[in-house]
Amino acid sequence: MENTLRCDPYNLIITGVGGQGNVLASRVVGDMMIHQGYRVTIGETFGASQRGGSVMSHLRISARNGFSPQMPEGKAHMVVALEPMEAIRVLAVYGNPKVKVLCNTRPIQSVGVICGDQIYPELKQIIQWIESLSEDVRFFDTTKEALNLGSPIFGNIMAVGALSATGDLPMSLKVFEKVISKKIPAGKVETNLKAYQIGKGLV
Amino acid sequence: MSSILLETKTDSEALLMGNDAISRGALEAGVNVITGYPGTPSSEIVEQLAKVAGDCNLYVEWSVNEKVALEVAAAGSYAGLKSMCVMKQVGVNVAADSLLHIAEYGTRGALVLVSCEDPGALSSTNEGDSRPYAKMMEFPLLEPGDFQEAKDMAKWAFELSENLCNIVMLRSVTRLSHASGNVIMGELPQSDPEAVFEFNGTPMDQMKGPILAFPTLVDPLRRRQQEKLSKAEAAFEESVFNTYTGPEKPELLIITSSVCQLYTKEALSILDLQDRVGLLKLGTTWPLPPKLLGKYLGVCDKIFIVEEGTPFLEDNIKAMAAEKAKQVGIKTFFGRKDGTLPPVNELNPDILIEGITSILEIPFQSVSDGYKAKAKEIAAVGAPVRELTFCPGCPHRASFWLIRSALKLDNRSGFLCGDIGCYSLGAGPCGFSTIKILQAMGSGMGMASGFGKLDQFGMSQPVMAVCGDSTFFHAVLPALVNAVHNQSDMILVVLDNSGTAMTGFQPHPGSPAGATGMKLPMLDIEKLCCAIDIRVEVSDPFDLQSTREILLDLLEDSGNPRVLILKQPCALSPIKKGSKMYEMSIDVNLCLADRCGCNKLCTRVFKCPGLMWDTLKGKVQIDEVLCAGCGVCANVCPTGAINAERVR
Repeated sequence: MENTLRCDPYNLIITGVGGQGNVLASRVVGDMMIHQGYRVTIGETFGASQRGGSVMSHLRISARNGFSPQMPEGKAHMVVALEPMEAIRVLAVYGNPKVKVLCNTRPIQSVGVICGDQIYPELKQIIQWIESLSEDVRFFDTTKEALNLGSPIFGNIMAVGALSATGDLPMSLKVFEKVISKKIPAGKVETNLKAYQIGKGLV
Repeated sequence: MSSILLETKTDSEALLMGNDAISRGALEAGVNVITGYPGTPSSEIVEQLAKVAGDCNLYVEWSVNEKVALEVAAAGSYAGLKSMCVMKQVGVNVAADSLLHIAEYGTRGALVLVSCEDPGALSSTNEGDSRPYAKMMEFPLLEPGDFQEAKDMAKWAFELSENLCNIVMLRSVTRLSHASGNVIMGELPQSDPEAVFEFNGTPMDQMKGPILAFPTLVDPLRRRQQEKLSKAEAAFEESVFNTYTGPEKPELLIITSSVCQLYTKEALSILDLQDRVGLLKLGTTWPLPPKLLGKYLGVCDKIFIVEEGTPFLEDNIKAMAAEKAKQVGIKTFFGRKDGTLPPVNELNPDILIEGITSILEIPFQSVSDGYKAKAKEIAAVGAPVRELTFCPGCPHRASFWLIRSALKLDNRSGFLCGDIGCYSLGAGPCGFSTIKILQAMGSGMGMASGFGKLDQFGMSQPVMAVCGDSTFFHAVLPALVNAVHNQSDMILVVLDNSGTAMTGFQPHPGSPAGATGMKLPMLDIEKLCCAIDIRVEVSDPFDLQSTREILLDLLEDSGNPRVLILKQPCALSPIKKGSKMYEMSIDVNLCLADRCGCNKLCTRVFKCPGLMWDTLKGKVQIDEVLCAGCGVCANVCPTGAINAERVR
């Protein structure tokens, strides 16, 4: 197998809020890598944290061996954020001056914000913060694009499409199609392929 | 879509979740009977096996609770079948009484107990560690260290159980059960088992006698049990799941088990210490293999014990080192007890790095102080903690809204005892902090039964308890019977959302189908309550007005136990998902905002995530992405500014 990873292990974090399809996105990327002979470990937080809480998947991709399902501090190469505030939360622990970020700009307000106990920062400010904590960052509104496709849930697959466009990982549409076809009902494959392509176009 | 458990060919590789790896291992061992009670992080094992029950001729059951689940699985074993029982750490406590007796007698067909535990209490109300049961009740314990081992050791657990004729426990943790990694598949056997329970032999004939735990039999049974444990010990000396990597004479020996081995390996690789530190990974953690440990305890004087949970390995290895002091010399131990590792909470590679660098006095920095400080500073203002909350359209929000307002109107300092499920969040802001006691499955009802009897000591506060429909059957029913028999003055509110919602809609005895989807008779909670002569009311929590009236009436009707069943399916339930009952909209002319006396009642107090406060307009807004269309907020707004238009 030809190792085309930018780093080995390649450390990817996909983050968002419970209900955004974080787990499926990480599985799809993981399966795409396994399909090409890589070793993958995915560490996921779900359970109680699904109920409106922050969720995060750690993907460790290597041509050599399996790694810890919990990534060590400061070791992320790429953060894919389905929600902007979650990008900051992840960068505070796993970020480093070289980290890259792909970030959906559509906020999901927490209960604390809804009831007025907390303030959701201005998007402009969030963008500035993320820029100051990363080497390279791309922002896009996948939620808007996903709503055009019929449901906000497609935002996760769009983010996977966007990740494929960075060229950091060997991700082809063909492999994506193979993997997604096994994960979802046949009737939904086409929309997911569309979502992937739209995401790819966002970067 | 087919099952991941069957689609991958023998010898080929797949990305498997730890729980799926355990399920596949059980299939490769030829499992026949699988039982369990749902609980994070264990639930996927039974769920996945239920999906292939038809293809693989399995009997799969979600049992009413863990004790019954273990008994049903034991019946399989006693009839000569390979059986597995799956639960989370707390379930082992529920099953413990039967577990003690099953372990004392032993098994016929293989019997494997899988306990998936939750260090760090990511989805639990505790950090329970079930490993001491293996020592206390004298049966073997296995702890897989990665995904391949989860499959391979699950399979081996069946062989071991069959060879020893005793129950074997396989312990997983969240970071293995819910994480995923590469697994190479083994072969799936063909078998055609026949179930027979033999009982014509003598009581000590393990395979053909009656299974009796008589006082006079305890002595020979325990002797036989300990012989089995010695056989396990001998097998563990040779086990391929106990491995050593590192130099012959290391400066430090790390002894570890479970997923901690991955943390340790990563820490050693980051610190580039593989040539200086030895790593003994134990897959078999009870009984400990004395020869193997004797050999490795001798390689150096500093021993660092790394494990998830209580200092189980640490204490037992220290005891073994004391026994072998003449052979191995005096050791300095590091671990949870001396503060090298935190005494509580789950571990990770960073904690390991900190421990190792402190023992070996090595400097280490992951990222520059400047970056770290900046990132922490930004996160403190930029990423406030997301409190957990009920989903948009969750019936529990309406139920707690009603209970809280009823107790307030009643004005006698009434309180609510909680229970385990999504509705445990009723203790937090999203449930208006209504729950005042929250502990174990069924314990809210048991405690309410107790509080309701304290009037002779002057207690006059109204007492209420809540439980979910699954919890009702699991452990609430005996406590309710207790309250009825002892005439305790309390109200039980059953939050019936049609399934075990928290863990992903597993069925329970009140469901129309079982684990495999087969149609089964539904037990009716209302009829059960009527049968034990208790006043029972049924209402829809989304109907705020009539439910409030019923609640107030129940509060008045004191002296006996009363039950209110609040029926409304979970917002995420398969019957509801995606379809809205109402289309919600805001009449901006009616929302008086800051001029209204309500002071943003909808977003400040009711705070459904489907509502947003538009700070620019100073009006409430519906979040079209999140709103589930339950219609409840329309009845919360005092000015009627929130409209609900029926769509189905």
